[in-house]
Amino acid sequence: MDYAVVVIIEVLYAISVLALISAGLAVIFGMMRVINLAHGEFLVLGSYAAIFSNRYGVPIYLAILVAAPLAGAVWGFIVERLIVRWLYGRLINTMLATWGLSLAMMGAFVMIFGNTQTGISAPIAGFTVGAYQINGYNLFIIAMAIVVMAGLYAVMKGTRAGLVARAAMQRPDMAQAFGYNTSQVYMWTFVAGSALAGLAGGILTPIFGAIPSGGANYIAKAFITVITGGASVVSGTLASASILGLVYQIFTFLSTSVVGEIALLIAAVVLLRILPTGITGRFLRNRV
Amino acid sequence: MKLSRRNLLKGSAAAGALAALPPMAIADDVIKVGSIHDLSGIFDIYGKPMDKAVGLVIDEINAGGGLLGMKLEKISYDTQSDMALYTQYAQQLTRQDHVNVVHGGILSASREAIRPTLRKAETLYFYNTQYEGGVCDRNIFCTGVTPAQQSEVLLPAIINKWGKKIYSLAADYNYGQITAKWVQHYAQANGGEIVQTDFFPLDVADFGATITKIQEAKPDIVMSILVGGAHMSFYRQWAAAGMNAKIPMASTTLCVGNEHRVLTPAEGNGIMVAYSWSQERDTTENKAFLEKWQKAFGSTDDLHELAVATYSGMNLWAEGVRKAGSVDRMKVIEALETGISFEGPAGKITIDPPTHHAINDVLLMQVEDQKMKVLEVFPQRPPVDTQAVCDLKKNPDDNQQYEIKI
Repeated sequence: MDYAVVVIIEVLYAISVLALISAGLAVIFGMMRVINLAHGEFLVLGSYAAIFSNRYGVPIYLAILVAAPLAGAVWGFIVERLIVRWLYGRLINTMLATWGLSLAMMGAFVMIFGNTQTGISAPIAGFTVGAYQINGYNLFIIAMAIVVMAGLYAVMKGTRAGLVARAAMQRPDMAQAFGYNTSQVYMWTFVAGSALAGLAGGILTPIFGAIPSGGANYIAKAFITVITGGASVVSGTLASASILGLVYQIFTFLSTSVVGEIALLIAAVVLLRILPTGITGRFLRNRV
Repeated sequence: MKLSRRNLLKGSAAAGALAALPPMAIADDVIKVGSIHDLSGIFDIYGKPMDKAVGLVIDEINAGGGLLGMKLEKISYDTQSDMALYTQYAQQLTRQDHVNVVHGGILSASREAIRPTLRKAETLYFYNTQYEGGVCDRNIFCTGVTPAQQSEVLLPAIINKWGKKIYSLAADYNYGQITAKWVQHYAQANGGEIVQTDFFPLDVADFGATITKIQEAKPDIVMSILVGGAHMSFYRQWAAAGMNAKIPMASTTLCVGNEHRVLTPAEGNGIMVAYSWSQERDTTENKAFLEKWQKAFGSTDDLHELAVATYSGMNLWAEGVRKAGSVDRMKVIEALETGISFEGPAGKITIDPPTHHAINDVLLMQVEDQKMKVLEVFPQRPPVDTQAVCDLKKNPDDNQQYEIKI
């Protein structure tokens, strides 16, 4: 019984991690068709922002939930103005440019923070479920994933800003005809996606720490989750994170994390073979 | 002198003539020491202090009048954590620079990349790193501790202290695989039992499910043979789950790159390790060494086991040259094979003649408030793993790395 509870929490945790690391990429890719290959480094940037603001006296929750996304947003703003805005509609070019950006950011992290792993301790103590001890911070991650996804849905569906953003993505000409500056809309969407990446990096710091090369571990999983999810930002990410997280964690429990990762990749390949446009290409269409 | 075209031509002609002199003609009054380490890239945390240690010994010897009346010159290459560059720079060191000795190599892959080149070029090679043991080659001297030296001390200590059931977590490459076997060997020899060994690729950073599985197996001890930055997350997640208060841990790898300073005291306290050196070892040689390092580089924070082994390796080599009265490779090897010792920061280190490995002091230590507290000193431990398979006195032409069967 207690073992079942532990496994369920771990599965929810795996799903939440996937959803968090993919949310920012999903916003940027799902809405703007820009593939940000520096997404992993944006997460690492959030981690460093959380760690160093915490070291200089910012309370840990503020560091994770405010400093990290703020760093992501500011950096996203700079990157969008300097690089990405010149490349809208040129998928391959954005990939190449952001890949270069990812290498540059990695090098900068090494120069500034040194080539070592740094981190912060989890602010929540572990707790007991029957005979098992569980990382209390896992529950915080699950809660944050729910908050982020619900918040994203609410903004996209319920606010004027979300409506305008969706309109500008679907029919930029019409949005412009209604008097909206699509260039501004793109910019703020990219900033929002970057902030989400920074936030995810901040939230995951007590679990994964920060290391200059750490982005590579995030980008592959985030990318697979977003592509498998398809065009819809919230429902697509949730659907694919749930399937892939479940597969990963079940196989990790049955065998090792290596087998878990293999199972995740196989699941993604099979899903994309059956549903080439992603899960939301067929099901849950026209949802956010 | 005015810089006219004629003067410039004269000058460059002279410079050209100088450059055309054969390198051996200049090499007579200096001894060239090659240093080949990763000074950038993912292994620079290991390589930088090792390269500094080479320089420190050279400066010390030169300040004392040199070796056999000749000055030492350091020729250093940065291999950038790229195994391909090791081969390239090893050839440069032997063919162009004509060095008398090479110190360096960190990962086992890097050592195996340059060992054949140096043997072929008849250039003496010192490998000053903790590694998996078994290299048998008369041209190489290995001054770091091997798994048998560590595990032979560590396992009886933890089994007596904490219990018999051990759960091992190991990095999935040759070091982790071979060390896991040694851990099993010494666990069984001391009445312990390995309930399970899990292997992890170097990029795995999520250990949630593993921590649950460990709890299911209910071991008395967790043994970590994890390597590198991503694996550091394990110690954090272990502590975050509150497990560090429930099941004690030992490691053969934590602290080599000063990882115990990256973990908070709460995360690291109590972890048991065994190496040949600690900043906290209270000997006059060690204190003098720390002061020297502090004076030369401003801080001892980067100093670690491998840098100290390099410092010892350089001194052992210098001792060998003094004893041989020559820098000739065979004469130095024969001098070192008399069993030369060096008393330094890591205690007494002696070359074991039949294996060309080192007889080291091994310290049983526990991490305490980001320091390595010495619990017990095991003086003069021989490299029994390599001794079991390698005898260069009987087979001086042996040239291979033995895989140890258990």
